[in-house]
Amino acid sequence: MNESANETPQNKNSLEGNNFERREVLKGLATFPVLGVFFYNLWQKLRVDALKKKNLLADLISEQDAPAILSSASSGDHLRLGIIGYGGRGAHLVRSAGFSTPGWNEYASNAAKKNKLNKQYETFMQQEDLNVSLVGVCDLFDVRAEQGVDASKNEVRPGPKPLDTAKRYKHHEELIGNDDIDAVIIATPDHWHSKIAIDAANAGKHVYCEKGLTRTTDEAIDLYDTVKETGITFQLGHQNRQVEANEKARQIFEQGLLGPVNLVELTINRNSPSGAWIWDIHPEGNSNTIDWETFQEPSPNKIPFGEDALKRFFRWRCWFDYGTGLSGDLFSHDFDQVNQILNLGIPKYASASGGIYFYKDGRDVPDVFQATYEYPDQDLTLLISSTLSSRHGRGNMIMGHDATMILGGQSNAGSLGGFTVTADSGSSQYKDKIDSGIINSQYPIYSYSPGSKQIDGITSATAKYFASKGLSYTYREGKRVDPTHLHVKDWVDSIRNGTQPRCDIEVALDEALACHMATEAYQKGRRIEWDPKKRKLV
Amino acid sequence: MKKFLFGSSDLEFSSAQLSGLTVLRVLIGWHFLYEGIAKILNPYWSSAGFLLESKWIFSGLATTIVASPSLLTFVDFINMWGLTLGGLALLIGLLERPAAVAGMALMLIYYVFNPPLLGLEYSRPSEGSYLIVNKNLIEAAALFVVFCFPTGSIIGLDKFLVKYLKD
Repeated sequence: MNESANETPQNKNSLEGNNFERREVLKGLATFPVLGVFFYNLWQKLRVDALKKKNLLADLISEQDAPAILSSASSGDHLRLGIIGYGGRGAHLVRSAGFSTPGWNEYASNAAKKNKLNKQYETFMQQEDLNVSLVGVCDLFDVRAEQGVDASKNEVRPGPKPLDTAKRYKHHEELIGNDDIDAVIIATPDHWHSKIAIDAANAGKHVYCEKGLTRTTDEAIDLYDTVKETGITFQLGHQNRQVEANEKARQIFEQGLLGPVNLVELTINRNSPSGAWIWDIHPEGNSNTIDWETFQEPSPNKIPFGEDALKRFFRWRCWFDYGTGLSGDLFSHDFDQVNQILNLGIPKYASASGGIYFYKDGRDVPDVFQATYEYPDQDLTLLISSTLSSRHGRGNMIMGHDATMILGGQSNAGSLGGFTVTADSGSSQYKDKIDSGIINSQYPIYSYSPGSKQIDGITSATAKYFASKGLSYTYREGKRVDPTHLHVKDWVDSIRNGTQPRCDIEVALDEALACHMATEAYQKGRRIEWDPKKRKLV
Repeated sequence: MKKFLFGSSDLEFSSAQLSGLTVLRVLIGWHFLYEGIAKILNPYWSSAGFLLESKWIFSGLATTIVASPSLLTFVDFINMWGLTLGGLALLIGLLERPAAVAGMALMLIYYVFNPPLLGLEYSRPSEGSYLIVNKNLIEAAALFVVFCFPTGSIIGLDKFLVKYLKD
């Protein structure tokens, strides 16, 4: 401190005091420059992040906006439904319309008590009331038919008490013959789909039919023509059409962000007996409780009732007599997902290979199955690879010149039904951004994890498999919803509004023919071509 | 109360000690502040992923939190704003000791929910190698040092708070 000769002691003290105070104030604020540096860097980082985001996909896709549930279904006319085929899937579909059995309610509420993350029961009870009654149940197995009737009576359900309850019908023709029934859900094995759906359509009933659409190509074309002629509202049971992630993926593709897509790889991985359709034979299943002759009526090969017939009744997916194996059962899901995103349509050519390599249990459908499809008009090849003896998830890949999209499988990163988009190092569209470092082709430029704040406990391997494909849950306004419920609702809404549901007969035919081309290529051991003029496989 | 807020007034530090302690406080503050702000700015951030990984004695509690949307929202809120405000307090030296205690509590909670103990395996890879001791535990211990040797009333806004409360 400088002292000058003419300073008085008083002045000196006050100056020292001021200096001291100033020094103390500065010390008190000494870390503020650090705070300044912090916020300056934070601002810089946010600016760079915003710039990167702007240059990427995020601004093209509004992440916050989930497709809202189209409401007011319940405000329309009351609809009276019938279910034909009340097996596992039939029960799920009926539940999605608002009807569960007391047994299921007990099972699901206990499961929620045991595992707090199991939200199945909560999701069901929060489901929207569709203003429908279940008035007809048809199943060839007495036990299941009675359960269906029980479901229709159950008062523990979303919405008010059921207005009416179901009557049991022994044969689908009797159910369809009831003029009080407006619409039917078909969840029988595949070999019955076309006959029942055609009968229902001709009787003026709207149809929700489970996938695979039919067992054969001819059946698919007949059904397509009937739906077109009768003008009924038809929905195929691919609930992936309601999954938000698939809609986002479609937007990304349509905006050209993947560039030209020349190769698509779809994969199916399961590794458990139940995943390979070795399901329990119901202890009450016998010649008195099962109408075996009606069951096998449309199948090419017939056998007398006995132990083998019981196996075939409860594990029908293992035989070409009733279904199409991996093709119509699992591949149909993945094909429809990619058809939803890329709008591929019916392939021109298909080849297939595979065999029964693991489950040598008397089945005749392959447990390892590959198919290759060509779309020459779209410059695209679609590969599918499936196994029932390895659970190593590979995801589904849409490979574009500019970016690759990976759906399910390893792209999930802990969330369900999400996907990632990663730029390609050889991309033309992103070349400048890759060169300037804005885009790094090592990391995804876009990740979509629906419901990342919502956690669900999924227990069984099969449930996990479907969840990884985005088939078990989707999210609307931050709430978990069962896409099967949304799919049934979409159908009910469309009946009331006279509109087309999301998986109408047009896309249903794409799915059916793609599956049948692969099945036929496998069975015949040669390449199959679709002739659109003759509407035949050649 | 005053003693808890500002520590003992008998403490005297050499300038090296004062510098070291202040730097420690400011660095932890910076870390917390950015951890908090990053969470606030990310609309998809949730503690659910971390909680679901919980393996030790608190895994049941973690599941309970995750299973309840309102509880999870509350826990997320505490984390986001606890880290942000705690970090800011440490950085500018205002209410440094309460912030150090709160920070310690958070760090110890993180530790006990996912401790790197023998026999516990986590599906999320950690960015380093840890055996029993991890960064959360070290940061908790460092905050204990900050709590015991507060510098906010020398270099920080606590200086003015002390003066204000004295006047």
